[in-house]
Amino acid sequence: MIRSLSRLSPVLATAAVFLAGFVVCSLIYPNFASLRVVMNLLTDNAFLVIVAVGMTFVIISGGIDLSVGSVIGFTTVFLALAIERWGVPPLAAFVLILVICAAFGAGMGAIIQYFELPPFIVTLAGMFLARGVSFLLSTESLPITADLYAHLSDHAFRFDGGARLTVPAMIMLVVVVGGMVLLHLTRFGANVYALGGSRTATGLMGINVARTTVLIYTLSSVLAGLAGIVFSLYTSSGYSLSAVGVELDAIAAVVIGGTLLSGGYGFIFGSFLGVMIQGLIQTYISFDGMLSSWWAKIATGLLLFAFIAFQQLTLHLARRSRRAPAGVHP
Amino acid sequence: MAVRLPRIGTAQIVALGLILVANWIVSPQFFDIRVQDGRLFGSLIDVFNRGAPVALLSIGMVLVIAMRGIDLSVGAVMAICGAIAASLADSHSLPVVLAAALGAGLLCGLWNGLLVAVLGIQPIVATLILMVAGRGIAQLITEGRIVTFTSPDLAFLGGGSVLGLPTPVVLTLGMMALTLLLVRGTALGLMIEATGGNPRASALAGIGTRLITVAVYVWSGLCAALAGIVASADILGADANNAGLWLELDAILAVVIGGTSLFGGRFSILLAVVGAFIIQAMNTGILLSGFPPETNLVVKAVVVLTVLLAQSPRLGGHLAGLGVLFSRSKSGGKRR
Repeated sequence: MIRSLSRLSPVLATAAVFLAGFVVCSLIYPNFASLRVVMNLLTDNAFLVIVAVGMTFVIISGGIDLSVGSVIGFTTVFLALAIERWGVPPLAAFVLILVICAAFGAGMGAIIQYFELPPFIVTLAGMFLARGVSFLLSTESLPITADLYAHLSDHAFRFDGGARLTVPAMIMLVVVVGGMVLLHLTRFGANVYALGGSRTATGLMGINVARTTVLIYTLSSVLAGLAGIVFSLYTSSGYSLSAVGVELDAIAAVVIGGTLLSGGYGFIFGSFLGVMIQGLIQTYISFDGMLSSWWAKIATGLLLFAFIAFQQLTLHLARRSRRAPAGVHP
Repeated sequence: MAVRLPRIGTAQIVALGLILVANWIVSPQFFDIRVQDGRLFGSLIDVFNRGAPVALLSIGMVLVIAMRGIDLSVGAVMAICGAIAASLADSHSLPVVLAAALGAGLLCGLWNGLLVAVLGIQPIVATLILMVAGRGIAQLITEGRIVTFTSPDLAFLGGGSVLGLPTPVVLTLGMMALTLLLVRGTALGLMIEATGGNPRASALAGIGTRLITVAVYVWSGLCAALAGIVASADILGADANNAGLWLELDAILAVVIGGTSLFGGRFSILLAVVGAFIIQAMNTGILLSGFPPETNLVVKAVVVLTVLLAQSPRLGGHLAGLGVLFSRSKSGGKRR
């Protein structure tokens, strides 16, 4: 029991930080502690959570995916053009874009796997490519006026006090739960953890490393595409410069959520909390009204540092306590 | 054979030459250089002038990558140092401005170096912290505005000329010469390569790997500070939001094009700088050819992939005919 608790300690620390932050905000601003603020937190950060779920899989497997922000931008432009200019029905456009994203992710995964190249630089090329193609498609901000969009943005579970659980938030919650099931309860999830521990050992255990790697990057790109769909629902438009730098926010959220960037360890729920903490900082700044937006960046940087230092410390302690009984170091 | 090509670097120099010739084909006056007010002008000079910030960044980046590290924060450090230089320029003398901006770069590098060498954090994560927070710090310095200045002293560093060459180019060449002298004139370069190749073995062999790691990140911070000063001096102001944005990726790309492996080990400062000018020559070429500038990113992506595939350990044997690999496999037998 104690062991399983200490295994969860990074997520518990993140949860504690989130709750403490929420309590502090509520004490300063009495209106903060309302269902409406919480629901807006979920809606405003829905696309980021979806990306962060995919990023968690990639990072646990020991990789990184820098292309997600560009994939979101590409998705919004493609959807706007497909629905408004080419007359594709919205649902068909959704399916089409997810297939394109899957192919894109599978391609990156295959290059990483079969040419033994670092994920960092391969996905960097993917980032340039996706952003470049969306620039080529259109550099304008294109409104989407399809009926489905108006209908979806109107549709929501309403609560007392004006709180709404919107469609983007619903999609996000489904993705979080689905991601948790996939990572923690299936064989694919176990393989992802194994890959992050050691690629060689994973191969020797008879796990299909190539297939798992390609699937991980496919999953990340598909989720980035889904995040793009959600983003276009949220903004009702497509713009090639949207979601610039989202990959950094997603990586920061995953790290704050307690996932080790060296791979092999991490939780989907932690990444969800990591995004929520970033959202909390943003909400606090907008409640305050006097603080400038750059404090959000500095606060995120400080949080990143605190969590990474915490990780290094726990790793260090774990190594020491493991080594001690063997008598190597007195 | 009478004519012997240099063992490494042929591919990069040929590539730069080919791109310049391609630029000349799309724009016949590309190589025209005229002298005006004692300064050289022309598209070719412009390539080197515009490429100077990325070239400066790549000088620091190549050392970091040779140590198996990476420095994602250089763009944010550029923004911080540019903001400091621009805000002090009109009220302080040039030496004070430079000392403050370069000192800030040094501190940023020291922070990264300590996180990597002392706390043992992976370089990509350690420098991510400053990449995220640094732009916020730069905005804090400029208070979210675009700070402008009129000081002719600082403006000279961006728009002036020395012996007919634009100052940014002279600064880049000076920084490159200084770094080459420090790294190749002493055993430092060998120690960096050894640490990148195998940190544990190097430490056991008596190399002060920690100190060298910190020093290399500090140097990268200094290079970024200089690039930030040049970028600020060029536009007579500092824009904390956009100064140096995504230039860290261009710098990494320049190092990779220069043939330095992301897995550490052997490196070439000169070829990294050539890589930076290759990137700028492509940018200029796309602008000159009348293609929409949006094509730029797609071309860049294709170039990254081509270079990567050429460097891939798997593909190595099959594509040996292509430049870099050819020379590497030939030199393999008689490596010192």
